[in-house]
Amino acid sequence: MNLGELHRREYGRILASLIRMVRDFDLAEDALQEAFAAALAQWPAQGPPQNPVAWLITTARHKAIDQLRRRALADRTRDNLAALVAPEEDVPVPLDWLRLIFTCCHPALAPEAQVALTLRTICGLSTEEIARAFLVPVPTLAQRLVRAKAKIRGARIPYEVPEDDELAKRLDTVLAVVYLVFNEGYAASFGAELVRADLCKEAIRLGRLLVELLPAEREPKGLLALMLLHDARRATRTDDEGAIVLLEDQDRSRWDRVKIAEGAALVVQALRGRPLSAYAVQAAIAALHAQAPSAGETDWRQIAALYSVLVGIQPSPVVELNRAVAIAMADGLEHGLALLDTIHLPGYHLLPAARADLLRRLGRHAEAAAAYRQALALVTNTAERRFLEWRLAEVTRPAS
Amino acid sequence: MQYMLLCCFDEGRWAAMPEAQKCQVMQEYDEFLQSIVKSGHFRASAKLHPTSLATTVCEQHGKRMITDGPFAETKEQLGGFHIIECQDLDEALAIAGRIPTLRVGGVIEVRPVVPPSER
Repeated sequence: MNLGELHRREYGRILASLIRMVRDFDLAEDALQEAFAAALAQWPAQGPPQNPVAWLITTARHKAIDQLRRRALADRTRDNLAALVAPEEDVPVPLDWLRLIFTCCHPALAPEAQVALTLRTICGLSTEEIARAFLVPVPTLAQRLVRAKAKIRGARIPYEVPEDDELAKRLDTVLAVVYLVFNEGYAASFGAELVRADLCKEAIRLGRLLVELLPAEREPKGLLALMLLHDARRATRTDDEGAIVLLEDQDRSRWDRVKIAEGAALVVQALRGRPLSAYAVQAAIAALHAQAPSAGETDWRQIAALYSVLVGIQPSPVVELNRAVAIAMADGLEHGLALLDTIHLPGYHLLPAARADLLRRLGRHAEAAAAYRQALALVTNTAERRFLEWRLAEVTRPAS
Repeated sequence: MQYMLLCCFDEGRWAAMPEAQKCQVMQEYDEFLQSIVKSGHFRASAKLHPTSLATTVCEQHGKRMITDGPFAETKEQLGGFHIIECQDLDEALAIAGRIPTLRVGGVIEVRPVVPPSER
């Protein structure tokens, strides 16, 4: 394994252990940075050590002690350095990784700070990479990280996995951060920007670790399933020019069967037991889409039923919109159209877009065109705009 | 580590509440305070008169100004505070979450107190 790959895979786990040992985010980060630099200088000539992870932890720990020693000399008030640093261990402890993610996703931190801190410390992404992925200036992102770390230190946000009754509540925040990272990468894949596709990969990696480290919890399984099932179709969502390809027109032979199988198996586990989580139900819907041999063979009735369950768990007009579309496909377009008219979602382009689509399918082209124009007035994403314009042209083309 | 719990609520809403409900909340408040004294978290507390009795002092262009009322017109007003000793923020948040006024629209701001050694 080369050093870059090692950094990618082990950074968060090593950092988590170091933070516990030295009880200071910045000190641990600096020390680990120095340890990687030392590895870069020494390994090519001397060959990598037998256990690279242990080497990095030991080296980083020594760097941290050096740093503490320098600080102690500066302020002279601290004389017992050994007491400041927990006893040496050179294996990353899984519990440390969990502690770190719960600290990074602490609800006392602003959501955007939770995301930035998670990507920086757990995933080892650079400040520049995160800033680019979220389209914010580097100084803004850096400032966000500094403030979050200052709050962790100053307000003493604990470095602990919450106890049983708190765990479920706090886990919600962690999962929300992971899903946000995934969605940021997924929604942006229209732009085909590589950094952003990496966000999907990172989110899935985080999801896997949560499933592994919290085996008794069903929600992480639901979320991982959902992400895998979406990600399995990522490559077919746009064509070579970056234009949107609808689910029904996607080349199903290019879907990632391994991810779909893994996701579907997780859905089954996530749906076991009550209460059902929103992630599990959404994953079940995604699984039905992913497993349909063709668009025409999609089990819309089952999907509509699952959306009804989802409305119960997570009532929102957007979920009702999806439910109406599924009912349109299962029970008839007019039926769905009538349901759409009961939904109040001002300013959301997908409502008129869904109406337009049902009207187009019904052959009511003039009404469809009006609805596409409404959607176009609201849409912001370029790829979606292009798609709606293409549809509008299709329904306004003179009949041949 | 010490934390200050700044207890804020909408004074108008409090004033409009039925007397029986106010009594109920105040009684629960006494129980809450006794419980944090007993558990050893309590350091200090104060209940404030409403902002109608507040006076604000400030300086403008080098001139001392005295005005009637609180320094900021907000929906919620500071009604009291507690200082508690806790292990970490989670412990402080758990205690803040037990304050009875939360159920009648109150909000609690939790702020770490700067230790004397860092002042």
